[in-house]
Amino acid sequence: MAETFRATIRILRYNPDVDKKPHWAEYTVEVEPTDRVIDALHQIKWFQDGTLAVRRSCLHGVCGSDAMIINGRNALACKVLMKNAGTMVTVEPLRGFRVIKDLVVDMEPFFEKYRSIMPYFINNDPPPPRERYQSPEDRARFDDTTKCILCAACTTSCPSFWANPKYVGPSAIVQAHRFIFDSRDQAWEERLRILADRDGVWRCRSVFNCVEACPREINIKKAIAEVQQAILTGSRGF
Amino acid sequence: MNYHKYETVIVGAGGAGLMAALYASRGSDTAVISKLYPVRSHTGAAQGGIGAALGNMEEDHPEWHAYDTVKGSDYLADQDAVEMMTSMAPGIVIELEHMGLPFDRTPDGKIAQRRFGGHTNNITGKPVMRACHAADRTGHMILQTLYQQCIKQGVTFFDEYQVMDLLINEGRVAGVVAYEIATGELHVFHAKNVLFATGGWGRVWKITSNAISYTGDGAAIVLRKGLPLEDLEFFQFHPTGIYKMGILITEGVRGEGGVLINNEGERFMEKYAPTVKDLASRDVVSRAIYLEIKAGRGINGQPYVYLDVRPETVNKYFEKDGVLGPDGKPKRVTAEYLLKKLPDIIDFCKTYLGIDPMKEPIPVQPTAHYAMGGIPTTKFTEVIVAPDNTIMPGLYAAGETACVSVHGANRLGTNSLLDLVVFGKIAGQRMAEFARENDWVPLPKETWEPVQAELDRLLNNPGNENPYQIRAEMQEAMNDGVGVFRTEELMQQALDKIRELKERYKHIRVMDKGKRFNQDLLEAWEVGNLLDIAEATTVSALNRKESRGAHSRDDYPKRDDENWLKHTLIYREADGTFRIEYKPVVITKWQPKERVY
Repeated sequence: MAETFRATIRILRYNPDVDKKPHWAEYTVEVEPTDRVIDALHQIKWFQDGTLAVRRSCLHGVCGSDAMIINGRNALACKVLMKNAGTMVTVEPLRGFRVIKDLVVDMEPFFEKYRSIMPYFINNDPPPPRERYQSPEDRARFDDTTKCILCAACTTSCPSFWANPKYVGPSAIVQAHRFIFDSRDQAWEERLRILADRDGVWRCRSVFNCVEACPREINIKKAIAEVQQAILTGSRGF
Repeated sequence: MNYHKYETVIVGAGGAGLMAALYASRGSDTAVISKLYPVRSHTGAAQGGIGAALGNMEEDHPEWHAYDTVKGSDYLADQDAVEMMTSMAPGIVIELEHMGLPFDRTPDGKIAQRRFGGHTNNITGKPVMRACHAADRTGHMILQTLYQQCIKQGVTFFDEYQVMDLLINEGRVAGVVAYEIATGELHVFHAKNVLFATGGWGRVWKITSNAISYTGDGAAIVLRKGLPLEDLEFFQFHPTGIYKMGILITEGVRGEGGVLINNEGERFMEKYAPTVKDLASRDVVSRAIYLEIKAGRGINGQPYVYLDVRPETVNKYFEKDGVLGPDGKPKRVTAEYLLKKLPDIIDFCKTYLGIDPMKEPIPVQPTAHYAMGGIPTTKFTEVIVAPDNTIMPGLYAAGETACVSVHGANRLGTNSLLDLVVFGKIAGQRMAEFARENDWVPLPKETWEPVQAELDRLLNNPGNENPYQIRAEMQEAMNDGVGVFRTEELMQQALDKIRELKERYKHIRVMDKGKRFNQDLLEAWEVGNLLDIAEATTVSALNRKESRGAHSRDDYPKRDDENWLKHTLIYREADGTFRIEYKPVVITKWQPKERVY
């Protein structure tokens, strides 16, 4: 077993029921190098201060619950190992959303943007008795964007979103891309119209913090560019 | 107090809950209540595939799928329900595709399928390609697709509400009581129908692939209401969890050609399952790993073995086994192909182990994975309350929390995702029909009061025990005593420990006393659920004096059909003791015989 080490976790805490404003709190934990940041937060929560609030579920990077700012960068707390986080770790809630408590933010505005781009398959032809055929090449067109777990790490890392909370944000564009470039879907033109709106895809200023923030390593830059290209040409390129 | 009235209330928003919501909301006023945002549900962690005899790659039949499922179950599954599920499978996978689910494709554009443990060509006995998949994130795509369709259809959701009690009046279901996590407020939901689609309870064990939210809430509520749970002794240990962490490495890795290797470099599954080898059913493979480790052939003497999916290893054994591709030529893989088929697995290994599985083997050990048992239901998802199949009108269960039983003593890989959508759909249809045909039952006299009393007790308890310390000790005891291999003595030790912990649990202290997002309070309550399930599981396991499927005893090593070809129903009495009754197994076509892979 690898040697454990001691780490200080600084957490930006806030409970609107008792605190006037957010404040930093420090905790010391003993961790193994391969422990995740979420393990350190659990140690605090379970054995030091049970009032700490943090959403999490699967603990291995697929459910999207525990996106937060770790050492200044958006990440999932269950995908950052303590050996990489270091002995002094700062943890803050995602930026741009109302804090409900500690690391828990109000996700409703995020899901509202998600819902705004019609995030569901539309094909009004009567379904065939078997599957709708799709070539592996057509399937590959939108493979990358099917990986999105709606963790909000990308959108909340985006300066354009911070400046204008109405901006639909990278996550919703990724979700739209998943349908726009699905050869079976028929509502792609409508989605492009939605994203051509003034708070749509043109608010992207090509900073691409989102690419770095995405725990699923989705090439968001490429997805946004493809959506922009489709709007300009009026074609999906099929 | 907050009162709501919906004809149909669905508790849980994973695959079964969302599928039920799609169907129930077409014919009844429906609400879905979940302690998580729906897209966080554990269905999203399922990787390898959904089983259906589409026959897209090679000859296959729903009857073959049914037989494999029955054989996999060690003959404990109810065969009428299995036949119904496997015959509905191709249609429901096509239905998912029509909802937009992005399955991988064959060169001619059909849904792609791969091999999985226990799924065979019934004539040759060789593995058959039956697992329909979207890379290694099939569960993610099912969860996303169903949630998308729910948005399209305008389904009503109560996200981050914890259901804490079931309301029963006049022998019928009258609703549920839920705790709003953000505010600490209680809500009473008056309903004609309630579906529990609340998932499993892998967090009873220390090494598990399950989400931290997998605490068996629905099953524990049912048990405390005096209703039975079925076949709890059968809990699946998936052979390949990441060593020490338990994170799942899909059987799809072996489906794509990966093999298990011991410290002597030997592909040991050849000894245990000469025909299908690494693709034997999960109970068989987990036991083989355990035996290898016990015999000192774990890697460097440690309690793990290697899962080797390096292309050169895969190709070596393809060559040796004479495996052919769909084109009839000898099958070969490249790292590029495996990266496309198993991207998440490769990412997990890089993130958590710092290794590239294309270059190094993966250290794995069995990990607590799936509850075959649960809330007993008919094949139409109605909850059964007695051995004669009497039902509780208006109460339904589906998905992992339910026991139909289509998995018997051991579930085949890919059958859980199938179970979710098949029985979720049936539940939704049934509830819409029930709502149409039945009047409201009035709410019972007491609704939220007992829940409030329990919360107050947890908050104001004068004790000093830490619930998470208690949970850790329970998980340790269950891993040691009620794991892959069991004996009377080990199980009794676990039971004694759990009873001691239950006593200590009475004196727990909750640190957070507030109303806002009080996870400490809810997690302490969940520990109570885990303890109840752990105790009932151990009592059921001690009682069953045979080895069958996932329930493997050193002291009773043989399956005993004469005495034990029956389902366990366990009831908790008001005084906390348990009563066990039995329900017959439904056998249609397949008489029990010895299982050989």
